[in-house]
Amino acid sequence: MNKLPIESGLILAGILFILGLISVMVRRNIIFMLISVEIMLNASGLAFIVAGSRWAQADGQVMFIFILTMAAAEVSVGLALILQIYHQLKTLDSDAADKMNG
Amino acid sequence: MGFYIASAIAILATIMVITRYNMIHALLYLVVSFLAVAVIFYMLGAPFMAALEVIVYAGAIVVLIIFVIMMLNLKEESVDQERKWFSKNIWVGPGILSAVLLGELVYIIVTADPVMLDNTLVDAKAVGLSLYGPYIIGVELSGLLLMAGIVGAYHLGRQRRKVMHRFLEMTKE
Amino acid sequence: MLNALWLIPALPFLGAFVLILFGSRLSWKVAAMIGAGSVGLSALITVLVGIDFLSTGQTSFQYLAWRWFQVGDLDTSFSFYLDKLSLVFIFVITFVGFLIHIYSIEFMEEDPGFSRFFAYLNLFVCSMLILVLAENLLLLYLGWEGVGLCSYLLIGFWYTEEKNGYAARKAFIITRVGDTALAIGLFILFTTFHTLSIQDILSQAPQSWTVGTSMAVMVAFLLLGGAVGKSAQLPLQTWLPDAMAGPSPVSALIHAATMVTAGVYLITRMHVIYELAPLAQLWVGIIGSVTLLLAGFSALTQFDLKRVLAYSTISQIGYMFLAMGLGAWSSAIFHFMIHAFFKALLFLAAGAIIMALHHEHDMFRMGGLKKKLPVIYWTFLIGAASLAALPFVTAGFYSKDQILWLAWAGEKANVGFFLAALVGAFVTAIYTFRMVFITFFGEEKTHVSHVPGWRINTPLIILAILSVIGGFIELPHTLGHFALFTDYLSPLLPSVSLREGVEQSEWTIQIVAGLLSLGGVYIAYYVFVQNIPLSEEIKSSAYGVHQYWFYGWGFDSLYNTLLVRPFVYFSRLNKNDFIDKFYTMLVSIAEFFNSVFAKTQSGLLRWYLMGIVVGAILIITISLFIQS
Repeated sequence: MNKLPIESGLILAGILFILGLISVMVRRNIIFMLISVEIMLNASGLAFIVAGSRWAQADGQVMFIFILTMAAAEVSVGLALILQIYHQLKTLDSDAADKMNG
Repeated sequence: MGFYIASAIAILATIMVITRYNMIHALLYLVVSFLAVAVIFYMLGAPFMAALEVIVYAGAIVVLIIFVIMMLNLKEESVDQERKWFSKNIWVGPGILSAVLLGELVYIIVTADPVMLDNTLVDAKAVGLSLYGPYIIGVELSGLLLMAGIVGAYHLGRQRRKVMHRFLEMTKE
Repeated sequence: MLNALWLIPALPFLGAFVLILFGSRLSWKVAAMIGAGSVGLSALITVLVGIDFLSTGQTSFQYLAWRWFQVGDLDTSFSFYLDKLSLVFIFVITFVGFLIHIYSIEFMEEDPGFSRFFAYLNLFVCSMLILVLAENLLLLYLGWEGVGLCSYLLIGFWYTEEKNGYAARKAFIITRVGDTALAIGLFILFTTFHTLSIQDILSQAPQSWTVGTSMAVMVAFLLLGGAVGKSAQLPLQTWLPDAMAGPSPVSALIHAATMVTAGVYLITRMHVIYELAPLAQLWVGIIGSVTLLLAGFSALTQFDLKRVLAYSTISQIGYMFLAMGLGAWSSAIFHFMIHAFFKALLFLAAGAIIMALHHEHDMFRMGGLKKKLPVIYWTFLIGAASLAALPFVTAGFYSKDQILWLAWAGEKANVGFFLAALVGAFVTAIYTFRMVFITFFGEEKTHVSHVPGWRINTPLIILAILSVIGGFIELPHTLGHFALFTDYLSPLLPSVSLREGVEQSEWTIQIVAGLLSLGGVYIAYYVFVQNIPLSEEIKSSAYGVHQYWFYGWGFDSLYNTLLVRPFVYFSRLNKNDFIDKFYTMLVSIAEFFNSVFAKTQSGLLRWYLMGIVVGAILIITISLFIQS
């Protein structure tokens, strides 16, 4: 296998993370925000795998399993919440849920 | 070499995800991005993680999101809504902030000591031994988390039908 | 029995306390019994204490009821001091007060605030007794303020009518001006003598101050300021005519017999200081004489029955001030006692008339009451005769005559005082009998709706008897020189020595005074009974003067322009209270920043995300800088 500089892996993870971040900030639709959060989580998991591969240990992969678990739980609860929001506000606009202001 | 191709595909697919109007299209591009990342995992010597990525992330989570979208029964108007909300100058603020953040991240990474990866394989057995060895507490916590997720999702997803007195129903007409 | 001295003010206080707490729950009879009974018991104890005191022949008796605290030189203690001067005062206060309480039982019969009235009256009697029995000036000031408070409460008793509230406020504020002068005088006395005990001050004063020291003069003027306020003399006399808005028993007790004489008591008690400050004593006399003329002329033009009596009170107290200015202390006290009798009588009778005619105050709408209200007519006539000082038969003659004689013959006499006193006596006779003739003679313009009962008639009769025989305890030289009153007070208050070679003219002065009062009666009779169109003619031809005198010589409008208007103007300017703005500015700055920062909590998810990203950038930047 080729030798790969670690910077490339980490920079890839960084770029993916930033892309997810931009998407979260820009989008108004709640489901798109959720998708963007998934992108960010995936990117951070990639960074962990890269770090684990650098030391040739299983720790990075263990961390990725935890992140995966958390993402799954988060998505399920988040989608349930999105369903409730849609039921109450009849729209998927995140700006519509702004009653906690002032 | 393969790494750079896979990373290019991942980045392109992600860019497509974040610029689509249609939710289903975006999710499909997301699957592509996940697959590319799984390939990268395999190349980094974590085959088990690659498999998990595909199965759990692309297979379960994205499918879950698709199901919910279909359950919401959104029509064409959602695409129009997206088009309306998306304008060119909405990208300015987040773009600048994110560029600054990216710059700082790259700076931190580049100024660290350069190390070469050599793709040694860390297979599932090693991961399993590590999980049930030193990281046993993490496993327990993940179990708790998943249970919380299940209970929460069940409770929050329940829809209580509003029961109105029949006299009030009559006056509503 | 002397040790029961403290009961004399304590009993009315107890009565007031009980009535304030439980008055609304007590029945009419019980409230009346508590109210009048407490003062009655006080009167009884006064008599017993007086007998005991006079029989033992001591000059003074002091009783320490309660020591509050003692800090440095200041000793605040409730100690009562009884001597012959205060004995006269407490006798008048409790006795006349008791008669007025009995009168009030019937007068205020149907008033819903019955128990409140008696509570205030009792509180007033208690404060006045504390004032005259006080051994130190601090306790005197307590009584002084207490009577001011009760005067305010009682003038504005029917507070639902606005003008009563204004009158009460006016009285309180004007007397407050005097009270401030008194307080400053007290401060100076304390810093000079390091004690507020009256007897100590009076004994130390001649040693520290020689006659005419500026300090003594200043203190004397300040005390005079306080006395002028309470006794409604120039320049603080404008409150008394308006104070007639209160019920008639209040006018009788407070504004005739007792509170307005507090100034006389103060000056007489501190007479040592006035003897050390001849300039101040001269001004006491000047104020007294000017006020008596001013009020006398004003009384000639009034048509409200009680206002005539109010101006008459101002005028008679002017006589007392004039006497004090001449150094005739015992004459002033004698005139005070006689005046208390006949003025209370006149006010009570006026109240009975007003009540009988169903709240008609205008004299010119009364008339023909001679036959309808005989008891009131005869007692009023006796009181008026005493006021006008009809010769020989009335007590007023003896007291006023003494002042007139000393204004001519005393060592500090001067022509101005004498002429003022003479003219004042003449005018007094005219306005008094003008009042009598208009009210009781002629045809009946308002019908009598309610004939008063025994509770009103009895105090009137008792006071009428006193107005006649009260004078016989002090007969002048020409009639036997029976000087019981002066001898009684003489160890305490120095008597006046006469000028050279004036003893012979005493008869002349008496004849002149007698003729003046009889002449005044005759003129009043002529103008107001026989030749009524003449009174109209006089009034219309001198209308300007008439109006000027009617409005109290323009003092009300003078004070209004000079003091009230600028004050109201400045308080309007300061409506937004710019001094407070400094503190409210802190509040408004905090509120401003609050509103700015509250906008950052917009409730929008994307806004918060942006915040997180900005925060992350900041933290990373800072950590990078720290690392490098």
